[in-house]
Amino acid sequence: MTHVSIKSLTKVYPGATEPSLDRLSLEIKSGELTALLGPSGCGKTTTMKMIAGLLEPTSGDVTFDGRSVLNDKPEHRGVVMVFQNYLLFPYMSVADNVGFGLKMRKVDKAEIDQRVGAMLEQVKLPDLGQRRPSELSGGQQQRVALARALIVQPDVLLLDEPLSNLDAHLRFEMRDLIRSLQQEMGITTIFVTHDQEEAVVLADKVALILDGCMKQYDSPNVFYKRPVDESTARFFGGQNFIPGHAEGGLFDSSFGKLELPQNSASGTGTLTFRPENIRIAADQSQPNTLSATLVDTVYLGTQTRLKLTIGDQNVQAVCNPNDVEGLVTGQNLLVTIPAEAVWLLTS
Amino acid sequence: MSAKESRGVRSFRFLTGAVLIIWLVLPLIPLAIWSFAHGWFFPNLLPTKWSMKAWEYTFSDTSGVIDSLWLTIGISLTATVLSILIGVPAGRALGMYKFRGKEFIELLILAPIIVPGIAVVLGIHSVFISMGLNNTVGGVILVHLIPTLPYMILVMSGIFSNYDPAFESQARSLGASPLKTFWYVTLPAILPGIIVGGLFAFLVSWSQYILTLLIGGGRVVTLPLLLFNFATSGRNDITGAIGMIYILPGIFILLLTARHLSGRSGAVGGFGQI
Repeated sequence: MTHVSIKSLTKVYPGATEPSLDRLSLEIKSGELTALLGPSGCGKTTTMKMIAGLLEPTSGDVTFDGRSVLNDKPEHRGVVMVFQNYLLFPYMSVADNVGFGLKMRKVDKAEIDQRVGAMLEQVKLPDLGQRRPSELSGGQQQRVALARALIVQPDVLLLDEPLSNLDAHLRFEMRDLIRSLQQEMGITTIFVTHDQEEAVVLADKVALILDGCMKQYDSPNVFYKRPVDESTARFFGGQNFIPGHAEGGLFDSSFGKLELPQNSASGTGTLTFRPENIRIAADQSQPNTLSATLVDTVYLGTQTRLKLTIGDQNVQAVCNPNDVEGLVTGQNLLVTIPAEAVWLLTS
Repeated sequence: MSAKESRGVRSFRFLTGAVLIIWLVLPLIPLAIWSFAHGWFFPNLLPTKWSMKAWEYTFSDTSGVIDSLWLTIGISLTATVLSILIGVPAGRALGMYKFRGKEFIELLILAPIIVPGIAVVLGIHSVFISMGLNNTVGGVILVHLIPTLPYMILVMSGIFSNYDPAFESQARSLGASPLKTFWYVTLPAILPGIIVGGLFAFLVSWSQYILTLLIGGGRVVTLPLLLFNFATSGRNDITGAIGMIYILPGIFILLLTARHLSGRSGAVGGFGQI
């Protein structure tokens, strides 16, 4: 159980003018599963390598339980990193790969064999010990890589894009496996991903990094309900951003007046609401019901995406296909945006 | 159609094989016959008398062949080990990193292959005199590195250009020290290159004549020098016997590396850069 604290961690690569990572600070509680989320090239992997000791930070600090680890060599940090492409040693059998960390720690042969067997059992590959890594499928290689990391019982586990190379049906299996092993062993785990879905399904907490800076650090659901700014909301699939002015619980915009959730801030800002929270209304009985024009519909199988104009604004809505059957492009309709589903971004 | 094609390919392969054998093996046959001949005069197809005298002389103490053989093995092995020690890090730098002046350094490394050794050895000779390296085994080993290093470095840079250093990071992260990382992770990956490059280096050193003659100053008598002495003095029988011994490492290495040289391992990929 290790509390990881990252303080103003910065990396400027030699010859670069812009930092790849700019003063990142994070507190990761013992046993927590945290996602570093951001587009490719935003500094996620750089952060991981600095935590693992494989890259020297330009400034800032990394502490485990309050003790700085920056001067510890990677092999003595108690951190194991699992790389995106698994990096199983091709010249060793699966069992030798899994037992590698124990061998480096001079554990005796009999104990290694016994623990490797148990570990392969845990990742559900009990019979593959004697195979070569090249004979395994991608999903199996991923599990061997995970087993190889977990067997040394690291204080901190780092995973680089753990689900991104897997097929859709394997992702959920792997997600459940990572989650259950991590909970069972109580290892503080940090993983990086560019895929917000991957972050949301796996992590206790998500840190969103955009342009080398941390935008928001919260539980996954908060990113959908209360994003800190427009770029954060956009990263999580937000598409509706209406400029206006908030005063006394009402938002005044080209839409007309909309009710805001209780305790909303006041002042000039941008109103955002998720496409899936817009409902088609039969009449004006509900508050926040507006008149809209249907511009286009996109049928996506399990859902239908509607492009609407309300006043002079374009708005995206996602509905159940059954609810929108028979709607014709160009027709007028009524939509409700519930007050509890809107969120005010103030600058 | 495809059957016809494959027959064409097969006969072409047969033809090239035959040419190779005629080219490489046939010239050795008279050499072998000479070593057992006691009088072999034109126009006889075979010697009129056979004898083991040449072989007896070769293995006797007076000929110096055995001493020379050990010296040559020692010089070539040392030059090979030094080539590996220098060539592996150099090949890593050239194969994996981009840096300023890299093209120039690559050209410089190739230079000994392009420029004949005799053109530079006189300059080296005068430098070695001032350093006291002339007429010494150490000096000969050092000068052998000039032709051996390019092969070693080229093979290793080919190996390293296909090598992912992230494996080393992974090993460190799993608790391996830098030394153990090299032993368990880097070495197995680059071993085919070390073997092929090392064998090249050995053979190149083994066959040096001019460099050994000039730097060794006649004091360091390796097998090719001895061979040349007998060849110029008209002792075809002894030349034949020593010649047979001299080609042994080449044949041995050829058989040993046939697998590594087959291109599948990519160990000779570096030569694509020449």
